[in-house]
Amino acid sequence: MTLNNWGKLAGRWLGAIWLGCVALLLTFAAAGQAVAQAPAAAPTVAAPLAPPADPANVEPLAPEARTPANNEAPQEIVGGDGPLVADTAHQRLGPEWIKGAPTAATDNMGKSLTFQDQYSNTGNYALWMHNWVLLPIIVAISLFVLALLLVVIVRFNRRRNTVPSKTTHNTMIEVVWTVVPALILLLIAIPSIRLLAKQYEAPPEDAVTIKATGYQWYWTYSYMDNGEFEVISNMMPEAEAVAAGFPAQLEVDNRMVVPVNTPIRLQTTAADVIHSFAVPSLWFKLDAIPGRLNEKLLTIREPGIYYGQCSELCGSRHAYMPIAIEALPRDQWERWVLAQGGTVGEVEAAAPAAATVPAATANAASSPEAAAAAAAPAAAGTATAQ
Amino acid sequence: MATTADAFQAHHEDHGHSHADERPSFFARWFMSTNHKDIGTLYLIFAVFAGLIGGAISGIMRAELAAPGIQYLGWWVNFMGGEASINANLHMWNVLITAHGLIMVFFMVMPAMIGGFGNWFVPLMIGAPDMAFPRMNNVSFWLTFVGFLSLLMSLFMPGDPSGALGAGTGWTVYAPLSTDIGSPGPAVDFAIFSLHLAGAGSILGATNFITTIFNMRAPGMTLHKMPLFVWSVLVTAFLLLLALPVLAAAITMLLTDRNFGTSFFEPAGGGDPVLYQHLFWFFGHPEVYIMILPGFGMVSQIVATFSRKPVFGYLGMAYAMVAIGVVGFVVWAHHMYTVGLDVNTKMYFTAATMIIAVPTGVKIFSWIATMWGGSLEFKSPMVWALGFIFLFTVGGVTGVVLANGGIDDALHDTYYVVAHFHYVLSMGAVFAIFAGWYYWYGKMFGRLHSEFLAHLHFWIFFIGVNITFFPMHFLGMNGMPRRIPDYPAAFAFWNNWASVGYMLIAASLIPFVANIIYAHTVGRRAPANYWGEGATTLEWTLSSPPPYHQFETLPVIEDHHDYHNHLPTAPGSGEPARA
Repeated sequence: MTLNNWGKLAGRWLGAIWLGCVALLLTFAAAGQAVAQAPAAAPTVAAPLAPPADPANVEPLAPEARTPANNEAPQEIVGGDGPLVADTAHQRLGPEWIKGAPTAATDNMGKSLTFQDQYSNTGNYALWMHNWVLLPIIVAISLFVLALLLVVIVRFNRRRNTVPSKTTHNTMIEVVWTVVPALILLLIAIPSIRLLAKQYEAPPEDAVTIKATGYQWYWTYSYMDNGEFEVISNMMPEAEAVAAGFPAQLEVDNRMVVPVNTPIRLQTTAADVIHSFAVPSLWFKLDAIPGRLNEKLLTIREPGIYYGQCSELCGSRHAYMPIAIEALPRDQWERWVLAQGGTVGEVEAAAPAAATVPAATANAASSPEAAAAAAAPAAAGTATAQ
Repeated sequence: MATTADAFQAHHEDHGHSHADERPSFFARWFMSTNHKDIGTLYLIFAVFAGLIGGAISGIMRAELAAPGIQYLGWWVNFMGGEASINANLHMWNVLITAHGLIMVFFMVMPAMIGGFGNWFVPLMIGAPDMAFPRMNNVSFWLTFVGFLSLLMSLFMPGDPSGALGAGTGWTVYAPLSTDIGSPGPAVDFAIFSLHLAGAGSILGATNFITTIFNMRAPGMTLHKMPLFVWSVLVTAFLLLLALPVLAAAITMLLTDRNFGTSFFEPAGGGDPVLYQHLFWFFGHPEVYIMILPGFGMVSQIVATFSRKPVFGYLGMAYAMVAIGVVGFVVWAHHMYTVGLDVNTKMYFTAATMIIAVPTGVKIFSWIATMWGGSLEFKSPMVWALGFIFLFTVGGVTGVVLANGGIDDALHDTYYVVAHFHYVLSMGAVFAIFAGWYYWYGKMFGRLHSEFLAHLHFWIFFIGVNITFFPMHFLGMNGMPRRIPDYPAAFAFWNNWASVGYMLIAASLIPFVANIIYAHTVGRRAPANYWGEGATTLEWTLSSPPPYHQFETLPVIEDHHDYHNHLPTAPGSGEPARA
């Protein structure tokens, strides 16, 4: 076999390896999809025409899926756990509760270099994947290439190596540098596909549904399961925010108040142009697109304030439509809902008007059976409302 | 890679003013040009000026971002003939980012790489007298030129609903921000028209390159002997030909939505804004390879030349580019991970996107293997090429991070993305352009540049771009969104550093311009092959600059050397050249 033929053979080999890699990764994607196993309840409803969830398929909620927040949440936030009455004098969480916000390099150089601390279920996994899978790999590859370049510069410059070699082919090494990167990518694909599967978990039927609507240039938050009241959220004027100890351009007048440790079915849409609902410390970003209703599960682990900014260019004041989420223990959140004129408890779907549910019995959130019973009609109501 | 030919055309120089050197008058030569070298020169001059404008715009942007608050936009609004107001100032920001993106993509990188170096060197490298369609070549250039004028005109038209001037849609022109909802004024129509003109010019150019490369190779110049730069332009031309019509369709639909009452992208009429994004990115992703592939080709030539070694793994290099081009067409939705794709779609695009890292890795390693065992000479083009290889790698690995749909939920539309694509374009494509500029400057213009100034340019630019763009990774991970003129105070520190870096980039243009002046005043006349024995492609067999019409007698590329060992051949001797 002549050298000429070897060269052609190498070319053919590489072609086969391309195809092999493509096939491998695609197979892998298909396998990952099986892991996700959520085709029926595709969690992100990408089109307004998505079929409503079939209430008959709703499974009873596992008791532990609905952890009452009171167990671990700091009680000193507002009132503690008294009977559920509207907290008309809702005290906004103060600056000491800010958890999700960017860090200035002048305050903490290390934290300014990387992601914000994560406070959602999927956020922690994603952060782990970035810090312990992706970052080491990309740093290693960059340093490897840099090292090779330095070796080449030092060893093979014209002074030290006056006569260049004539090598132009080495099938083995070409196969190696094709296959090894493909294997590294497979290694990355494993946690990557898992992360996607986690992010696309369908919200349980009793999840709290909140619809965020983007406008030029503010957000509104509709509490679809709680009497459909709406909160309009504008950026707080800079001077006011700074005076109150909040970060300018991130603080808003009315926050999106949510229950902690409770699955939230967060829906996004927009009224004029495309916006994007993004909260870095929750690893959450979902575009708000006119004519579409996107939906994703969000569970926040700790009470606190989490800031974000609109993340799709939406016109002149794009920089000035921040997002501020205030996560409260469930009972305090319910008090806040009542204060907004909303409803809580199992009756909301059947009788939205009955806002004056006896406060003590409405504390049904801690009762799994009641919650499960409420789930089916609530789900049906939500689906048709869309 | 490279093949070589004997000095088939040496006799032209003996004859002094032969037919090959008859030049038309000034107007006919530069405004009615059908000569591929003149058109290439026009493209390069155009790209330099467009690049200076686009770079100046980023100067305004970096000045504004150097500290929180709005400082300079009002001044700029007044300068441009508008009336400063909070809304107009903020809209001006969007106009600036839009203009910067469109100018750099369509009027700097593409004209320089494909129009400039492609026109100049594809015919020379394949041994052709000119391009296949010389007049169409002229049309391509002037379409690009008037496209640029249309974009500049848009800056003076009412754009947003308040009547502030200019198109503020971002270079992606997403509906409905770009329809009458977000931008009722005529500015966006002019920007769309600009894209139409530039796109048409590029489509014509692409057909010209494909025809030229397939039909006008000199005898013996088989596809598998073509220099890799020609391969890169061939693949690029196919990408242009397949991708640009989709863009044309998308922006035509946008135009009819805006002006003729259709509602392709208007939900109230049954349309869908996400459809626009699919169409745009079906073009937009191949577009990023259009911008980098010719750079791959140039770097391959330069690395081989200054290593005095043929490119390692020539076939792998050529077909890696083909693979990148093909796979580049099926990964577009990784630009749209947050629009609400379903889980299967997102998994597919994650996997498909990561596959591109494999052929890209093959190219990086092949360049290093080309240098391995070589006899490296660190002339200015080589230094730029080495910078390219490292910085493109850095930009490439952050691309692997972004490819993961789940990770992208945090990084999409943040400064991390800005850092990533500036590492692959502002340092990948632009480093390749400067490498090609210094590699071929003497060949194109007949005068040698100063190596000192070229190295100075490199080092200031290299340090500047890294100070500018590396901190953007931090900003992005920490959550700073793209496309905002003002930001929370926590992002101030690294933004300030980025602006400092910009000043270095701007300063590096001083040696760049000084070098042009140097070359044409005190620069030596360039001999035919001023890089020595490593430069083996056909353009080095011609005088510098080459005769006005070259290869009137076609060169014959003989297979003196076996496939495995493309040694350069000393002109006339048929013997491999030796140091």
